[in-house]
Amino acid sequence: MTEATVETTATSAARERRAGVGDVLLDVRDLRTYFHVMDGTVKAVDGVSFSIRKGGRLALVGESGCGKSVTALSIMQLIDIPPGEFAGGEIIFDGVDLLKLKTSALRKIRGGEIAMIFQEPMTSLNPVMSVGDQIMEAVLLHHKVDKKGALAIATQALRDVGVADPTRRVRQYPHELSGGMRQRIMIAMALSCDPKLIIADEPTTALDVTIQRQILELIKAVQERTGAALLLITHDLGVVAETVDDVAVMYAGRVVETGTVEEVLLHPKMPYTRGLLESIPSQAKRGQRLSAIKGSVPNPFRMPNGCKFEPRCPYAWETCSESEPELIQLGPDRTARCWLNDKRFHDRLAEYEASMSGGRA
Amino acid sequence: MTAEAGATEPVSGEVRKSGPSGQQESGHGGGKTLVQITNLKTYYPIRAGILRRVVGNVRAVDDVTFEIRRGEVFGLVGESGCGKTTLGRTLLRLEQPTAGKAEFDGTDVLSLKGKRLKDMRRRMQVIFQDPVGSLNPRMPVSDLIGEGLLAQATPENGWHNRKIRDKRVADYLEEVGLRREYTRRYPHEFSGGQRQRIGIARALALAPEFIFADEPVSALDVSIQSQVLNLLLDLRERFDLTYLFVAHNLSVVQYISDRVGVMYLGKLVEVADVGELYANPRHPYSVALLSAVPDPDPRVRKRHLVLKGDVPSPAAPPSGCRFHTRCWLYEQLGRPEQCSTQDPELRVLNPTGHRAACHFAERVSEPAIAETAAQQDVVATAEVVDEAEPPAADDGASTSSEAPLAN
Repeated sequence: MTEATVETTATSAARERRAGVGDVLLDVRDLRTYFHVMDGTVKAVDGVSFSIRKGGRLALVGESGCGKSVTALSIMQLIDIPPGEFAGGEIIFDGVDLLKLKTSALRKIRGGEIAMIFQEPMTSLNPVMSVGDQIMEAVLLHHKVDKKGALAIATQALRDVGVADPTRRVRQYPHELSGGMRQRIMIAMALSCDPKLIIADEPTTALDVTIQRQILELIKAVQERTGAALLLITHDLGVVAETVDDVAVMYAGRVVETGTVEEVLLHPKMPYTRGLLESIPSQAKRGQRLSAIKGSVPNPFRMPNGCKFEPRCPYAWETCSESEPELIQLGPDRTARCWLNDKRFHDRLAEYEASMSGGRA
Repeated sequence: MTAEAGATEPVSGEVRKSGPSGQQESGHGGGKTLVQITNLKTYYPIRAGILRRVVGNVRAVDDVTFEIRRGEVFGLVGESGCGKTTLGRTLLRLEQPTAGKAEFDGTDVLSLKGKRLKDMRRRMQVIFQDPVGSLNPRMPVSDLIGEGLLAQATPENGWHNRKIRDKRVADYLEEVGLRREYTRRYPHEFSGGQRQRIGIARALALAPEFIFADEPVSALDVSIQSQVLNLLLDLRERFDLTYLFVAHNLSVVQYISDRVGVMYLGKLVEVADVGELYANPRHPYSVALLSAVPDPDPRVRKRHLVLKGDVPSPAAPPSGCRFHTRCWLYEQLGRPEQCSTQDPELRVLNPTGHRAACHFAERVSEPAIAETAAQQDVVATAEVVDEAEPPAADDGASTSSEAPLAN
């Protein structure tokens, strides 16, 4: 776009921001969420680790079926058990392991300290309850207020997300509202209980691009104003680049790369991340073939033995099909699950990087 | 490819060789007009009361004029409900037009009947958005693709014969990168990307000249999306196809199209060559649309223009220019009266054929955009949206004419 300006200081600005944020708020360690179904066990989330600091902003990125939504639902413990099962790991939120909490204690956190904004603003709102009642339901559960007080909080929450005439809006029903307005209601609902962490699961995927822009700006503004941490779940790398500071890329139930937005999107150390970036169409790629990632996501019942990306990876060699790499530490908060980053294979890494320098200018 | 109406492929399974239109970057778009749409209108009546009287119209496509040249990819963008899909469907006679003309290769498509309409249907095919919903789950691939062949069977092409048909189905499966053996399989056995390939093979099998691709990659993940985009471009070369490519993803449209049209509330508001449109948009809506796209390069910090409110209802579009209720330029110019009273013509702005429907297209400039973006930074979070009713009097006319369909 014509009005785009390149800010060379973006990286340092992000670092400053990160220095300003506090201790770790959410620490997910080796989380495993399995589903036992008729055909076997689907390991939807199989060893996912990441952390978010107080006031931090992290995106979980990946394609459909990679386990990013199940990760979010696991944090909220909205997984049906059975068929679901937490087969391992910890979810430490503010010093407490959520997986060990009793339902009653969990209820205080769910929707209160951790709020969630869902993808489908149509289906996640109750069609037979007025907007005000839906927000008040959460407020009454988490605050010690009477109905009048709850209504005041609900009205204020609507005002905070830029809804005009909130006293009228609280009496309306979801079908009377547009998609963008419904998503504002969802955000108001999330905010009404002063959460420490907001989980937004594809909050703009169902929206048009100009409405998406409104909602993204709103989420950013709200996050900055309240100081809540943000866990954004999305498949759109453009949204990632503009909304968060840190990224965790997921593939086949695993985190395959983590780092700052600049590190991951400009210097991907995992071929999958690179493949995603290179397959985004753009002006610069006109007239060339898009470099597509060959094949498709592996069948959950027939996962490859080694690296789960190996069958689709253009850089794979024998090691990759024989054993699966760990998340290799490359720096503070910078990891990649790829043998290329093992010191033994630094020749291959050099080759990989040489082939990239021309690609992403 | 011969151009006579009703010409059918002589031999099944034989694949046409690519024509001379080889080069991708600039070779297309210079061809002759293949599709000419003139003042096309498609309205849907709104009925109410016990007599089901028509009380109004949803103007899905409202007086649209443009042309698609042979061999080019014409991209059509706009937000949901702007009429882009209806436009394509009307052209293919899947919707009934209210008024206007649509010519395909010199033939008026909208007045065709019977045999001649059927012949035309073979020449214009469609790829649907939803790779799940557009394939009948109870049909094997051979029937999914073969159904169209059977409908278009003639003694010459021999498509009545199951063997000939199945061979052609298998040929076209290979053409879209699937295995010949897949003819006996059912849709649920395929992934989303593979299903979309089946949809493409179904369109191709009839040897069309023109394909209306209605959001063909929107339902696909980005890694699969690029495979399908590559395939569509390869097939264009191989079969000399012309595409009307509808999508809401502006990066996809930029990548694949030669020329692009932007629609808003049933109107075509801007048409230009792809490079010209993306570098130099002249309609305030196009400017806002393009600036809203998130950029995956973290070094680029775009200035976003945030449009107020939602798209008004096409049943009661605003007076004058339909975009004026959300227009940033309208505000910046002090709300000129012309915008709210006079519907702007789609007029030619420069010798490249760049057309835009804005009274003040010449006033769209980088300083003007920057000014509005800077103002928005200040009021960013204080901004208030309303969509259904006119706001209080002190708020003026900024968002007032967005009337909901229900009232």
